[in-house]
Order: sequence, then structure tokens, then C-alpha cells
Amino acid sequence: MLTINQLNVTLDTLTLAKDMSFSLQPGKVNVIIGPNGTGKSTLLKTLFGDIKAKSGDIRFFDQALSTKQLSAWRTLFGYMPQDIRLDVELSVLEVVLLGQLDALSLRLDDALIEQALSALDKIGLLHLANRSVNKLSGGQCQMILFAQALMRNPKILMLDEPVSALDLHFQHVLLDHLDEQTKQQGWVTLMVLHDLNLAAQYADNLLVLKGGQLVESGHPKEILTPELIKNVYGVQAEISKDSHGLPFVRTIRRNRAEANALPDNKVTQSAKGIANAI
Amino acid sequence: MQSSGLLSDAISNQRRSEQRRWFVMSILFVVLITSFILDVATGPSLLNVKEVANALLHLIGFDTPVDPTTEVIVTNLRLPIAIMAVIVGGVLGVGGAEMQTLLNNPMASPYTLGMAAAAGFGAAMTLYVGSLGLNANVAVPLGAFVCCMLAAAFLFALATMQHISSGQLILAGIALLFLFQSLLSLVQFISSPELSQQILFWLFGSLSKASWSNLLIVGSVTLVCMIFLMKDAWKLTALRLGEERAKSLGVNVSRLRLKTLFIVALMTATVTSFVGIIGFIGIVAPNIAKILVGEDQRFFIPLSFLIGAFLLSSASVLSKVIVPGALFPIGIVTAIIGVPFFFWLILGKRR
Repeated sequence: MLTINQLNVTLDTLTLAKDMSFSLQPGKVNVIIGPNGTGKSTLLKTLFGDIKAKSGDIRFFDQALSTKQLSAWRTLFGYMPQDIRLDVELSVLEVVLLGQLDALSLRLDDALIEQALSALDKIGLLHLANRSVNKLSGGQCQMILFAQALMRNPKILMLDEPVSALDLHFQHVLLDHLDEQTKQQGWVTLMVLHDLNLAAQYADNLLVLKGGQLVESGHPKEILTPELIKNVYGVQAEISKDSHGLPFVRTIRRNRAEANALPDNKVTQSAKGIANAI
Repeated sequence: MQSSGLLSDAISNQRRSEQRRWFVMSILFVVLITSFILDVATGPSLLNVKEVANALLHLIGFDTPVDPTTEVIVTNLRLPIAIMAVIVGGVLGVGGAEMQTLLNNPMASPYTLGMAAAAGFGAAMTLYVGSLGLNANVAVPLGAFVCCMLAAAFLFALATMQHISSGQLILAGIALLFLFQSLLSLVQFISSPELSQQILFWLFGSLSKASWSNLLIVGSVTLVCMIFLMKDAWKLTALRLGEERAKSLGVNVSRLRLKTLFIVALMTATVTSFVGIIGFIGIVAPNIAKILVGEDQRFFIPLSFLIGAFLLSSASVLSKVIVPGALFPIGIVTAIIGVPFFFWLILGKRR
């Protein structure tokens, strides 16, 4: 269990986590959602020990995060940062192998190569193994980096917007595999997503962040409401249930939403205002 | 079934690509040996290549017939210079390779970051101030070494600061280059014409001061540094994926950066203090290596060494044969053969 207690993080004058407390269970997919610049990536970096918290306590079962034992702490993690550029003259296989950095020696072990290849195979990218990563698309790079994070045999897997460059097919390949493995291996999985419907489909536990605070958490079925979305994103939404009983979010264009909400004369006024501005 | 076929294909492809890279390295090794033998053979008295090869074989324990005069020339005069060319070229190549890796920029090298200029200033200062009671053959390299390490220390201090990007480090290095060049010009400006001439000659770079005792120092420093670098080969490869990603893979990036910077500075300072300023190899060699074997540092580091060694060794041959009987300063020759290479490289990279 990954436990965060009374966490406070500030960068310069910006508060990115304020008295944040929550705990994450093994074998569950935890999804963080929230507006831009609200501290989602910062939270992941803090858990990884890359950003130092001002105060608070982070522990995995009875092992606490401390700057003295950072490298031991980091062996617990598979961590996939947001940046997916891979501008380097290496083969896909070599990049995936780097996930097992500590096990690599000057002569590559057949067993390790097989492990890397099977990681690629599981996400349907075995055919890319010997290609140079320089020549791959952004989405392909993202999948490769996912395979690299899996190679680390993590206890805690953190993914920062892992599907940002993926097409529909690979979004589901990645998330299905992630969900399956999380349950099978008992990982604590924590990822940032922007797509609320993907979040609703895959989250066992949804963490909603705003202004460095945890405003709501729980199963998407229970917490995803139009009021929450309005409060967090300032966007109107309609929520229905899909055939599996999960919430389905449909957001409404802001200008239409305003038109619905405002009396007619105010609409014409704002229309005039726009006309004048033009 | 199909996927297991693909799996074994992928393994054998990986092994083949490793074999190909070993093959490239062995070709480079053979080319280097050839240029090394030519380097020993050329000089004021032109020796027969076959005799030189025999003398070298004799030296490493084979029972080959050797002419005593040839043996003396080879062992006492030519061999130290030729070995020095190989080691210095290799060190400059590896130094450039690791600077480019650390700073994620193909233009980085100890030369462009001002380390060589600092060494030049150090040597000039020692020549100007006097050797303070030390033998000039010791004092000048020592001055160069100290100054070079000081410049490197400044870069370390920057590198340990939080949130400093590699771009900022490069800018700082280039600023150092200009600073030390100006200081060097200042020393030359205020010194007498004879001294100025002496300084200029040191700056050109020359292998002619190579001796077995110098070689022992340079060789052992290089060997130790290379072992440390090769131990970190995979971590350095991980660093090429970007600092944040390397961190996510468990690399202690700031420690690796400092350690590697120190190793590079130590190697560069050592060779520069003995042979003077030799430009371009640090930029050209790693870029060629990258094209040939990619950036898997297990191959990239040794190949950068081999290519750097070959470039300097062949430059040493050229410096002796351009004008028969006269020795061209090798620093000049490397830049002249380095420039066409560099253009080829830049233009070849166009997509």
C-alpha cells in the first residue's frame, strides 16, 4: 500500500500540493484527473523522490521515502514521464532493455533480450524490435516507453499521460494490458489521464485534483457528476450511463452552455460586444 | 507459433547488429594499425614498412630478423611519438563523445567548452612567469594541467547547481573559451617576441616531446579513465534518452554527470598538457562513430577512441610527409583534415 500523509509541495511560490492525504491499494488502477498546472505531474515526481516535499510523509508499506535511500526507493518504481521524444540512435530493443538498467552488462544476456522482446510482444510491437527509435512516430515511441516501464518489474507503476499520442487502438491496447497486469501482479498503478471517459472506464479509484488539493476520490461511478466537472474544469457536462453501468461524460461547448444559461438580452449584449471587438 | 518465430528472428537480428558493430570496430582497428606502422616508418629517415613491422613484432616478443639501426630508431625515437598519437587522439575522441553525451549536443567537446583554451593559457602563463624553480619540461605541462582543471572545476560547480540545463552549461563553456583565449592573447601581447614565439609553438600542438616516461603517465591515466567510463556504459546510454527518463530508470543523473565530467576533464587535461592544443578530433570522431555504430555506449566509447586515434595518427603521418624533411605542427594538420570531414558530416545529415 502506498500511503501519502499530509503532503505539502511548493515550487517557488506556487503551492502544488496542500495537506494531501490518500492511500493507494495494490492491484488497483488509480487515475488522477484535474486541470492543467494543478500539480498532477508534480505529485508523481514527488512520489518518485525527484521533487522534495515541504512536509508530509510518503511510504510504501513500512518503507518510507527519504533522500538518503533514494536509489533503493526508486527500484520500487516503473515511471513513465510525460515527455515521449526519443532522439537517439538506438534500436527499439535497446531502449526497452534499458528498463532493466541494473541487470545489463557489457555482454547482453539472452534471457534479458527475451524478456524485453516478450514485453514488446504483449503490446503487439514485436515487429519493431530491431528498428531505430529515431524513425518511429510519437505514438510508437510512447508504446516503446511503456514497454520499458514494464521491464522494470515494478511494485508501483506511475504513468504521466501515457496515451497522449496514441490512436484509439493503442489507447486500449495499453490500458487493457495495464489493467490486466495491475490485477495479476498486484501493482499499485497510478496514472494521469485527461480523457474523462477513459478515466471512467479504467479507474478503480479516481483522484480529482484542483489547485494542489484532492477535491474528491473514489470509484468513478460514485464521484463523477456534472457538478464535479463544473467545479473542477468550469465546463458543463451531461453524464449518462453506458451499457456497463459506467458513467459516460459528454461535455457541452462553452458558448452553447452560456447561451443556455443566460437570458436572451444578455446574449445579444455579449454578441454586440463581440461585434464591437471585431 | 508465429510470434515465437518473430521472437527468435528479433534475437538473431540483435546479435547480427552486434556482430556488425564488432566488425566495424575491427576494421577501424586494422586501419589504425596500418596508420600506426606508417607513422613509425615516416620521418627524417624513411624506413621500410616491412622492416618497421618486423621491428615492432620483435619488440612484442616474436622472433623476427631486425636491423639494429632500425631497431634503435623505432624503439627510442619513433615509437613513443606514434603511441602518443594513438593515445592522445583516442582520448580526444572519447572526451568529445562523453561531452556530447552529457550535454546532449553534437557540438560539445572539451575544446569548445574552453578546457583546451584554459590549458593553453596555463602553459603560456608558466612560460611567461617562469617555471618557479621547476624544470620547464615539468612546469609547463603542470601549468596547463592546473588551468585546465580549474576551467573544468568551474563547469562542475555549474553542473551541481539545481535546474541548470545542458544548454546553459554549453553557453558557459563557450564563454570560458572566449575568456581564456583573450587572456592568452593578453599574455602573448605583453611578452617578448621570442617568448611569444615559444607560446605559439606550444599552442600548435606537437607530439615531439613524447617520451617513454610521459607515455607512462598519459597511458595509465587513460587506461583507468577508460575502465571507469566503460563501467558506466549503460548508464550513459540511458542518459541519452534524456535526463528525466534516465532518472526514471534509476540513474543518479547528477552524480553520473559529475563523475563523467571529472573523468573527461582529467583525461583531456593530461593529454593537452603534454601535447598542446589539438582541435577538431573531439567533435569529429564521436560524430563519425555515431553514424557507424549508433549510440549504444558499449560500442560508441571504444569506437570514438579508435577513430580519434586513427585521425591523429594519420595526421601525424601527414605532418611529416607534406613537406619532406620538415615537421608540420600536428594541431594545424588535424584542423585542416578535420574540416572537410566536418562538412561531409553536416551535409550528410540533411534529410
